[in-house]
Amino acid sequence: MKLIALIAVCLTGGLLIYGTMDMPRWGDPRSPASLHVSPRYIEKTLEETAVPNMVTSVLADYRGYDTLGETTVIFTAGIACILLIRRFSR
Amino acid sequence: MEQIVGKYNYWVYIILMMIGFYAMIGKRNLVKKLIGMNIFQTSIILFFISTGSKKGATIPIVANGHGTMHQAIEAIQYINPLPHVLMLTAIVVMVSTFGVALALLLMIYRRYQTLEEDEILSLRKK
Amino acid sequence: MIAPFEDVIIQTVCRFLIPFLQVYGLYVIAHGHSSPGGGFQGGVILGASFILLCLSYDIQEMKKRLSPRANVIFFSVGLIIYSGIGVLCLLLGGKYLDYSWLHKILPVGPVEARSMGIFGIEVGVGITVMAVMISIFLDLASEEQHLGS
Repeated sequence: MKLIALIAVCLTGGLLIYGTMDMPRWGDPRSPASLHVSPRYIEKTLEETAVPNMVTSVLADYRGYDTLGETTVIFTAGIACILLIRRFSR
Repeated sequence: MEQIVGKYNYWVYIILMMIGFYAMIGKRNLVKKLIGMNIFQTSIILFFISTGSKKGATIPIVANGHGTMHQAIEAIQYINPLPHVLMLTAIVVMVSTFGVALALLLMIYRRYQTLEEDEILSLRKK
Repeated sequence: MIAPFEDVIIQTVCRFLIPFLQVYGLYVIAHGHSSPGGGFQGGVILGASFILLCLSYDIQEMKKRLSPRANVIFFSVGLIIYSGIGVLCLLLGGKYLDYSWLHKILPVGPVEARSMGIFGIEVGVGITVMAVMISIFLDLASEEQHLGS
């Protein structure tokens, strides 16, 4: 069983390392991740939101709807733990 | 050679990911599988953050930003803040999944009095 | 599951440390604008201060200060603050979560109103995350006769 797991892990690792041949270099300023909408967030954060921390302004203002969904996720996890473990005696 | 020097960070995170993956499928105890899942998710988070770095750039906080509303900000001097934002959500999802999984393990232990996968499967077959 | 642990050194050190931890957690939430931090990080630190109280003393000590029923109310208070600010922006004429319309009720300009809106929702997120951390720990660490109604 562990031998099969080891073979599967090595195969997957080899495929993933082969997949990194196409990825950009580490620290490349012209990688596709840093080109499309990210320069707009970096340049306009101080004049549109007056918040120097770019991560907070993107998290809470430009992508505030995603943060609402994330707060709902952690709320649901808390409710799920309560429903699973607490026994309500009547 | 250029492949190794330019991309060794991806290789390190793939090795970490494979360690977590082996723990998830190769171990028999349920808690060890859960720890493997945690290692897997942590390696994914590190991988994404490493794709957003730029050589010679500083952290994504404008220095002396309060008060002065108009400053010359160039996008190439600051690292990409978008992977950091997405990974904050991923960390919260990681913690939530871990909490609910531990609650499920507690219920499994109360019912079967064991946490080994093969013993639980043989107890269910009876 | 957790037995009360009585060690003088640990109890004394934690008694001094926990108020500083809580002030630090509030500092991280409030300074999310200009230093690394924000709602999630500060909420986890606040939750960790309560968990430290539970680990160094007894679970009953924490329940005297924050009962599980009040904790469940805090789950919803944070989300109500977040959605409430969004609906308030909707009532003032803009879109949902469009904070620049808050300048009609606050004495600042539209750009500063976005900064205030960001601070408001970070407080809501911090409260919810703190309550969930404490609640998950309480569920996993205590026997079931302590909880429930």
